[in-house]
Amino acid sequence: MTFNYVVDPEAPERAGRASTRFKGVLKELGVSPKVIRAISIAMYEGEINMVIHAKGGTIRCDVDPDKITVVMADVGPGIPDIEQAMKAGWSTASPEARELGFGAGMGLPNMKKWSDKLLVETELGVGTTLTMEFNLT
Amino acid sequence: MKVSEIMQILEARMFTQQEEDLEIDSGCGCDLMSDVLAFNHNNNVLLTGAVNLQAIRTCEIVDTHVVVFVRDKEPSEEVVELAEDAGIVLLGTHYSMFEACGRLYLAGLRGEEINNDF
Ligand SMILES: Nc1ncnc2c1ncn2[C@@H]1O[C@H](COP(=O)(O)OP(=O)(O)O)[C@@H](O)[C@H]1O
Ligand SMILES: [Mg+2]
Repeated sequence: MTFNYVVDPEAPERAGRASTRFKGVLKELGVSPKVIRAISIAMYEGEINMVIHAKGGTIRCDVDPDKITVVMADVGPGIPDIEQAMKAGWSTASPEARELGFGAGMGLPNMKKWSDKLLVETELGVGTTLTMEFNLT
Repeated sequence: MKVSEIMQILEARMFTQQEEDLEIDSGCGCDLMSDVLAFNHNNNVLLTGAVNLQAIRTCEIVDTHVVVFVRDKEPSEEVVELAEDAGIVLLGTHYSMFEACGRLYLAGLRGEEINNDF
């Protein structure tokens, strides 16, 4: 089963809609609360990043019997130094993003912590694609 | 601790149409949504000065069902609507963050352990 979402950069106040929707889907599918929590937090952090650091994009969620894969592809500046970006506390968030309560530099570390596998592919000036896997077994 | 007790202790009012019987186990005082996401959440109440849609979305994500806005901050209609749709109780108190947290702590409510495993 595949679920697709569009993340609109023009409506930052709506950031998080895809994640809360997919969370509802997971509940209906009867996925365990622990896995739902992990997926929702990780996906939400990714969705926020797509809005505050890039110009929106698309999210594709694949539900398989043994795992759930979330692919978040944005159109944006890309990440110049992935290793640095992964460090807890590192952030280049704008004052506007900080006003909304984001920019603690914990997003990527949080995604790493809650997912079973995290792949970051990025190209400067083109965009970033994050792939996260969550085991169901 | 019941929502009704929190309301009494904080002299709070409720912005949503939700039950007062809900029971919560712990508390968290935080304006940074990034930090809210980094905590372990086990049925807690969030005290915050962040009165925006993102605060509610963040609570939806981490399953926080009770939010107290401190220092008499008024949520917009949109914020209240989103909270009602998500089944989140919104309260408001005139106390500051420090005072509000202190009062709940005195009444026996505790924080939760922070998981710093990265
Ligand atoms: N999708 C993205 N596009 C471009 N840069 C990004 C993206 N996601 C993260 N980054 C960069 O990595 C840094 C760390 O991200 P994160 O850990 O989520 O912290 P925060 O979002 O609080 O800044 C960001 O400040 C930004 O510089
Ligand atoms: Mg982030």
